[in-house]
Amino acid sequence: MKAAALTVAGAAVRTAIVVMMAFAVFGPLANLVLWAFAERWYTPHALPVTWSLRWWEIVFRPTGDAMASLTTSIVIALLTVVVALALSIPAGYALARLKLPFRTLILVLFLLPQAFPSVSIYINVARIFYSLGLAGTVPAVVLVHATQGLVYSVWIATAAFAAVDRDLDLAARDLGASHLTAFWHVTLPLAAPGITASAIFVFLGSLDEFTGTFFVGVPQVNTLPLLLYNAGMGGNYQIASITALILLVPSVVFMLLVERLLGADVLSRIGR
Amino acid sequence: MSRSSAFALLLVAPALALVAVFFLHPLVLSVMSAFMANGQGPTLANFSRAFELYSGDIIFTIFVVTSATILTLVVAIAIAGALTLSASASFIAALRFLYRWPLFVPFIVAAQCMRTFLARNGLMNNAFVALGLFDPTTTSGYLDWRGMVITFAWKQVPFVTLLIAGAMASLDRATIEAGRDLGASRLRVLVELVIPQVMPTLLVSATLSFVLMLSVLSVPMMVAGTQPTLITVDMAFRINAYGDYGTANALGVISYLLASGAAIFYLRHTLKDDRR
Repeated sequence: MKAAALTVAGAAVRTAIVVMMAFAVFGPLANLVLWAFAERWYTPHALPVTWSLRWWEIVFRPTGDAMASLTTSIVIALLTVVVALALSIPAGYALARLKLPFRTLILVLFLLPQAFPSVSIYINVARIFYSLGLAGTVPAVVLVHATQGLVYSVWIATAAFAAVDRDLDLAARDLGASHLTAFWHVTLPLAAPGITASAIFVFLGSLDEFTGTFFVGVPQVNTLPLLLYNAGMGGNYQIASITALILLVPSVVFMLLVERLLGADVLSRIGR
Repeated sequence: MSRSSAFALLLVAPALALVAVFFLHPLVLSVMSAFMANGQGPTLANFSRAFELYSGDIIFTIFVVTSATILTLVVAIAIAGALTLSASASFIAALRFLYRWPLFVPFIVAAQCMRTFLARNGLMNNAFVALGLFDPTTTSGYLDWRGMVITFAWKQVPFVTLLIAGAMASLDRATIEAGRDLGASRLRVLVELVIPQVMPTLLVSATLSFVLMLSVLSVPMMVAGTQPTLITVDMAFRINAYGDYGTANALGVISYLLASGAAIFYLRHTLKDDRR
């Protein structure tokens, strides 16, 4: 009898924990969704007083600020991926395959921009760009985002190349391929899933980045996170919430993809 | 140096150059600017000004970031512990499904969510009032230090849980089973057997979270009021309102000092790992 009562009590506690956790995880997101469809919502009403799709229409109007910000954000994120991959593929190959002095130090250097309180870094980067006349331009924002993204692209590219069997490269060269041909037709395609995953991290990092753009991009470069911030601080919770939902879509979709692209063989080698 | 390692360095050089120009260079600039005033240096004038104006915010920053790190660790250990030690498969599946979601949410989106969720008329208060837990006439918002601690923890718990649960999963199950067989409760097994063995992972994830929270501008700006606030917001204010780089950079150096204890530990840990 006592054991049965304990089992029931245990199940009740577990159910309560799951319900509380679901509320803690989805409650804030639910509040966001409610605001996205609220026309009027004020105290003491627990739910929006009137609902509408009006703000969605305003956000998705082709000539609106939001569409311009979305375009800017995507262009910046794509350019950031191009810059980061162009630098990381050779660097990752060298770190994984070649004899490199100070290898650990070099790996740590790529981590530093992410492992440092960054606000004062951005303040001074903005100053550098200001003196170069590049403040408030897309290239400046791309360079800042790429610097932050390198830890993902270099570390994952290194792990991806390390996971490719060296003998395949040797076999290709035995058959007469040059170093470059063997790299281009054998090693790179085999490392491609890992490198694609790293591109997704860099893309999302850039898309979601706020602080660097806040200092380096103002006032001309207006990305989605800046639009969200300005709308939220200006009290327009509908625009802020819809923008937030737009930012959430690629995050959730891409993160689901990443799990398929990064196998355990690559994951276990990251940071080594 | 051999020809092949020169070639390897050449391949790494462009990526390193980016870090040098857009991270190391501004880092050096910020430290230099912190110790200079009116083009003259070295001086501590910026620091005395920073302490004079913002000593309250510096202490407040340490308090908020430390509290958020501790809350993150406690919740993450509880979830990871449940995932490792629970006997109920459906409970584990439910937790595993739930805990990851905030990982995919950008900080700025989390800040906007919490700005509404934790407000006086937010969904949290409304839900508690509807359940009869709160009296609607006395509810208050949480958009102060509590809001920041909750938002930081909400965002960081999945990442830390992922790391800790990973470390716990690779532990030797035999010692855990032995502890259970000897009659130890799950809590005791967690505290006395499991946590000591995953301590390195715990400390690394704590330091990473601590430093990350010192870098995030959107959460203090959007979730909390203006006073008191985190020094990240003060830095932005010195620049945007006064163009005062000296004081802003002095606050920046203070944030480096806060993070450096953590960073030194982290570097030591990764270097040790690499030698293996």
